[in-house]
Amino acid sequence: MTKSELIAHIASRNPHLYQRDVERIVTSIFDEISKALGRGDRVELRGFGAFSVKHRDSRVGRNPRTGASVSVAEKAVPYFKTGKQLRDMLNV
Amino acid sequence: MGETITRAQLSEAIYQEVGLSRNESADLLELVLGEITQALLRGETVKISSFGSFSVRQKGQRIGRNPKTGDEVPILPRKVLVFRPSQLLKARIRQGHKIAPAAPTGSNNP
Repeated sequence: MTKSELIAHIASRNPHLYQRDVERIVTSIFDEISKALGRGDRVELRGFGAFSVKHRDSRVGRNPRTGASVSVAEKAVPYFKTGKQLRDMLNV
Repeated sequence: MGETITRAQLSEAIYQEVGLSRNESADLLELVLGEITQALLRGETVKISSFGSFSVRQKGQRIGRNPKTGDEVPILPRKVLVFRPSQLLKARIRQGHKIAPAAPTGSNNP
């Protein structure tokens, strides 16, 4: 399912909403999550999961082709932890 | 920075964006999460462009250990949800990370 399919699906089941409003809603949800993570905030959606930012220290990596060592700078990466309820629902 | 955003702030964002009531905004957020959940339970991958994709991965059985007692216990085959962030989301976070701790040098960043 893609974002546009998600929007179309929600719009078809909610005839009182304009499709373009549904589009703005879906977009603003993911925008808001992205913005929060960009600030270093955590987003917790109980039952669904939590998005957070993990810090990776700088390290010495290797070019797998040549074997030459390269230094990899420290960075921050997004991380998602599945909520307990959703995790349980996947395994019934 | 370091705050936790919950459903309340996300539905507030919807409320600000579209002319729905606060109640409806909260319901819509729930609906979106519900649709994503249903698709994942059907085994579908959910791709949100410029954000990332959620997919369900089947894990095989393996032998684990109880770290306290050292007993071997089988970890049963199970399904796990994996989120793969998009390049854009990763870039956005890397960017935010740079600005935060390196504030004294950054005169060009508003």
